[in-house]
Amino acid sequence: MIRIRIIRRAPLPNWARIAIPVIAIIVTLILAAIPILIAGGNLWKSYYYLFYGALGTRFNILETFVKSSPLIFTGLAVAFAFRAKFWNIGAEGQLLAGALAATWIGISFPGVPAFILLPVVLAGGFIAGGAWAAVPALLKTKLKVDDVVTTLLLNYVMLHIMGALLFGPLQQPGSSWPRSPEIVAAAKYPILIVRSRFHLGIPLAFIAVFILWFINKRTVLGYQTKAVGVNIRAADFGGINTTAVILKTALISGGLAGLAGVGEVCGIQYHLLMDLSPGYGYSGIVIAMLGNLHPVGVMFAAFFFSVIIVGAQTMSRITGVPVYISEVIQGMALIIMLIAILFTEYKIRVAKR
Amino acid sequence: MIREIFQVTFITGLLGATLRMATPIIFATLGEIITERAGVLNLGIEGIMLMGAMTGFIATITSGSLMFGILMAAGIGMILALLMAFLSVYLGLSQHVSGLGITLFSTGLAMFVYRLHFGSPTVPPTIKPFDPVAIPLLSKIPVIGPSFFNQYSLTYISWILIPLIAILLYKTNMGLKIRTVGENPFAADTVGVNVNLTRTLSLVAGGALMGVGGAFLTIVNGNMFLIDVVGGRGWVSIAMVIFGNWDPLKGALGALLFGFLDGLQLRLQGLGFNVPFHLFLLIPYLLTIIALIGVSRHATYPSALLKPYRREEKGG
Repeated sequence: MIRIRIIRRAPLPNWARIAIPVIAIIVTLILAAIPILIAGGNLWKSYYYLFYGALGTRFNILETFVKSSPLIFTGLAVAFAFRAKFWNIGAEGQLLAGALAATWIGISFPGVPAFILLPVVLAGGFIAGGAWAAVPALLKTKLKVDDVVTTLLLNYVMLHIMGALLFGPLQQPGSSWPRSPEIVAAAKYPILIVRSRFHLGIPLAFIAVFILWFINKRTVLGYQTKAVGVNIRAADFGGINTTAVILKTALISGGLAGLAGVGEVCGIQYHLLMDLSPGYGYSGIVIAMLGNLHPVGVMFAAFFFSVIIVGAQTMSRITGVPVYISEVIQGMALIIMLIAILFTEYKIRVAKR
Repeated sequence: MIREIFQVTFITGLLGATLRMATPIIFATLGEIITERAGVLNLGIEGIMLMGAMTGFIATITSGSLMFGILMAAGIGMILALLMAFLSVYLGLSQHVSGLGITLFSTGLAMFVYRLHFGSPTVPPTIKPFDPVAIPLLSKIPVIGPSFFNQYSLTYISWILIPLIAILLYKTNMGLKIRTVGENPFAADTVGVNVNLTRTLSLVAGGALMGVGGAFLTIVNGNMFLIDVVGGRGWVSIAMVIFGNWDPLKGALGALLFGFLDGLQLRLQGLGFNVPFHLFLLIPYLLTIIALIGVSRHATYPSALLKPYRREEKGG
């Protein structure tokens, strides 16, 4: 009989922490050949157009950056929460909460100049997302309600709140579609590069990466979230107010997801729509894990998935492989990364006996 | 409008809808109870249900046999549960993230395979679903008859499964093993129970039930596959497991509660209130959270839930 034994190993050097996600990505891309072949796609052509579609032209590269903005925000949101073992699977709902707040502010204050309105929109989106995440955090800390379940269910609650508003008071007058009126020009993110959709939200996402890195490395809160994540009882015993830490974690995590929603409304759509997010909140989970919960790792992982999502559209158009291949790849990447992480913490021995 | 709510036809319809809408939740909740009793949280449930829904639908449309569709849905549920077992039991990876990985992978795969099989038709393909089965005599009782005893065969099966699984868990040797590996795997190991195998078998049995629960939505109470056909019912089932305190009977009662709210929102929509229908759609999710708040303080989680079993790390 073959037995798999798993033995804890000494921590790996830093280069391995970078090498392992890279290896996971390569393995994922190799395994993605299976669904591509099943779909009857020519392998070389498929991979070629996957990358050409994302990086082949000036426009495609800029689109890939555009797509990376919400993914960085949701990836950071999930990573920051998971670091404290606050299982925030609700980035999708928090994104929508942020989008809703941005829309409401964006249509309600005509005549206010952009230098006032834009900060208000950003703050509103951040607070709305944070507040939506604070609900499960309060339920977890005060009433011991499981955070996984509540964050997940609140995604559906928020989706239907948005639906009720878009089919009701927030519907664009005269429109039969569930979409809001257009936000005022002052609430729109400026386009930073001509002949593209490269908007303010992209540099904001990269700034957020730096801020999160700073919080994690250089602030008391960063230390406390880590301590709560490693061992909440020890953190509690060591004098950390764990309830407050989880609440702050939720506010920041949800706020970041909210900013992803603000970017989609103010940078891309200019309206609130039912299908504003194709699951960015869930992609955030994959990105956070692939980025090893590290902000810089999240940034690279988000960019990689942005390549996959943008490139899959071109690949699908040319080779006929269904565009959902990008979702399959995301799921595969998460599972493979998870296995890869195992190698950083454990040695695996296969022994016959 | 208020008067209509108290009419017999409305109540009969509501009861019938309650039992129909509860069926997939009962299947999935029972599946998750077996799994969690053995010490594994399977967050793959939502994706497994969607794969069950998709597989059952395609298997039915290609074979023409609804039974075959159900079997294939159970089969795909078992395969995905095996993958979950490999990750969370044998490799001992985080149950949270393994399960989410299964869900994300399955969701992508379900949409991918569906698109591959059907392309993008303007009108989604449909099948002829199961017919309700009227139970002789009983179905003639006023109100109760048409609502309780004119249901789909799979709904009756779900009712039979509730006591069967309770007996399995509480009265059989197998059930004792399952509960012990979920409460104290070290003790189970000491008396010679194969912890990882027991957990794997529990996952696989649970996966089959989740797959069938998903297929109910596409080939029994429904006749087409849509990407949001499961729509969070897997997560609701996880909530019902906690609500029911890991007991099959109480869990099924929770499922009926959700079914009632789901049926109620459908019926109220049908009455034509001048309110956006999304307000009705959010009621079941919101009340599920509220129900969870009510019970969570007293929830008694299986002691070894979320903990992979590694003999070498006893006490560590």
